[in-house]
Amino acid sequence: MKKQNWQPWALLSPSLSAILLLLVIPVLFIIVYSFWLRAPTGAVIPAFQLGNYARFFEDLFYPSILFRTIRVSLICVFLCLIMGYIPAYFFHRSTSRFRQALILLVLLPFWISFIIRTMSWINILGTTGFLNHLLLKIGIISQPLSLLYNEAAVLMGLIQFLLPFMILNIFVSLEGIDKNLLEAARSMGCNEWQAFREVTLPLSLPGVSAGCLLVFVLTAGTYLPPMILGGPGNEMIANLIFNRVIGTLDWPFGSAISVILLLLLGTIVWTYNRYLGISQIFKAFKGN
Amino acid sequence: MKKQLEDVRNEYHKGNLSRRDFVKYLGVAGVAAGLAGGPFGLVSKALASDRIRFDGWGGTTSQAFRRYAFEPFTEATGIRVIDGEFGDMDSFRTRVIASFPPGGEFNLAHLSGLFDYDMYVGLGFNTALDESRIRNLDLVMTAMIEPYRRITPDALSAIPYNLGQTGIAYNTKYIPKEKAEELGAGLLWDESVQGRLGSWTEWRTNIWYAALYTGQNPNDVQDMDALWDALRRQVPMVRKYWGSGAELMSLLANEEIHATVAWSGRVAHLQDQGYPIGFLSPYGCYSWEECIFVIKGTNLDVAHQLLDFMLEPEAAIAVAEGQMYPPSLDPTKVEMTDIIKNLPAFDPTGKLEGYLFADPKYWNARQVEWSERWDRIRVS
Repeated sequence: MKKQNWQPWALLSPSLSAILLLLVIPVLFIIVYSFWLRAPTGAVIPAFQLGNYARFFEDLFYPSILFRTIRVSLICVFLCLIMGYIPAYFFHRSTSRFRQALILLVLLPFWISFIIRTMSWINILGTTGFLNHLLLKIGIISQPLSLLYNEAAVLMGLIQFLLPFMILNIFVSLEGIDKNLLEAARSMGCNEWQAFREVTLPLSLPGVSAGCLLVFVLTAGTYLPPMILGGPGNEMIANLIFNRVIGTLDWPFGSAISVILLLLLGTIVWTYNRYLGISQIFKAFKGN
Repeated sequence: MKKQLEDVRNEYHKGNLSRRDFVKYLGVAGVAAGLAGGPFGLVSKALASDRIRFDGWGGTTSQAFRRYAFEPFTEATGIRVIDGEFGDMDSFRTRVIASFPPGGEFNLAHLSGLFDYDMYVGLGFNTALDESRIRNLDLVMTAMIEPYRRITPDALSAIPYNLGQTGIAYNTKYIPKEKAEELGAGLLWDESVQGRLGSWTEWRTNIWYAALYTGQNPNDVQDMDALWDALRRQVPMVRKYWGSGAELMSLLANEEIHATVAWSGRVAHLQDQGYPIGFLSPYGCYSWEECIFVIKGTNLDVAHQLLDFMLEPEAAIAVAEGQMYPPSLDPTKVEMTDIIKNLPAFDPTGKLEGYLFADPKYWNARQVEWSERWDRIRVS
């Protein structure tokens, strides 16, 4: 009996050690750093003070960037939802023998580096890029359009990165719906649209909300698309953390901003888990 | 260690060691081996005498170093040069500080500007070079060595290696040379480049040019309000703040931007490739001298050999032609090639009179305040 007590822990120990070393301890370091001070040379001075947190809220600059991050994240969630539901529903209803291959196509972008995928938009949307070249060639425009280095380009890069997460979550949720329910609805007089609205859509909402949460959290913490595809005024909170830590060697203040972002995202995840259950997210990765 | 393990195993078989102690010893030996192969292993690599690590700017600059300095050095001495790259000075400095122990995983770095030298010294990463073992240091311009001596009077921790300028690059298809020369730093605020202006994300360069635009000495700015106001007016004109030399070249080559502050060597590369890019060194142009800094804990015997080799006129001139930045060698002592003589920032007198460098103490003392202020203007 005693043996059984420690066996699960022994089996879990590699994973727990990895989580402890690669996640818990670094986060603890960040929390500790957030109370320290920066010396004029860029070195850090151990201390316990709340000055870094006070600095974040002393005027509207940093909160406004945080607000911008939330705004861009919400827009991204909305667009991913609209663009993700349709293909997920299509995969769900498809009886084609290529169905599995189509689902695989959704995962295909993950085989290419995120940086390369983001950079590739420069060749598509740039002044001398493919799109401008094509529009000029067929005479629709006479001057190249400014398609890069704005919020739309940032959103494009984000959607390209995050759309598969949304599609997979919704797809798994749709696959879990008992098909007999749809047939029952149809037999009781519902047409195709009513059956979707009354049965499929409500039952797919856990997958929708899981996809939304994942896309929101990942958008709020990303910094590459704003850095590569954004112009002045498109930076998000992760870019500011990068600037503080890398640019000015202000690790304590960068850590304080990280902790604030962590608390915000933690609160959102906690709220989600409280009312919807975090286990829904993992279904997408386990399959149905 | 292998012999010790065998001894312990023999003792265990003889019965002189309990199973518990034997397992305990194995555990301790495993931890020691793990540490030696982990971060401490990197440190031991940094101290090794058969290799040395060099971190530089990547791209065309690293290619020049690799081809004209490191490969011939390895051929001549058998010592390998491990060639690392960084995108900018700030991120590299963070990596040096974050390494374990701080700086312990790095040897030589191609630092940009005296302010970086001063900062590394301030962080305690400097070492004491034996100048008698770098005989080619005698060929370096005195005007380039002296500023380093003022920071570390007892011993140098670096050799000056090349000169450069952050001037203004402009596309000659859209901006005539005469107009660019007439406007000087004002080109960066001219309405004709509205929406097609670029700039570096770095705070120092932007503040420097705002000082020139507002008619002030960049090393002694008196009216900061006017300077911040100029930057605030410039931000809406900017299409993209670039973050690396490669991005700068791409933006100019693809005509995403028509004018920007730019590094002279990168512009020279674009000109060499046939792009219609002009380079302007306005009055008060931001000049800088780069050095090869030796980080504390480096095997100095190997470092002295490599630094001396890199300053050999044949190697230094070849590297300079490759990266398109003039070498630190004194043109009155060493005959330069025509390519070098035509590079931006080249000074045939070797005295660097009229060149304006950033005062390290002045700029480093204001880094936190000004960089954050700059971020606020740029990001808002």
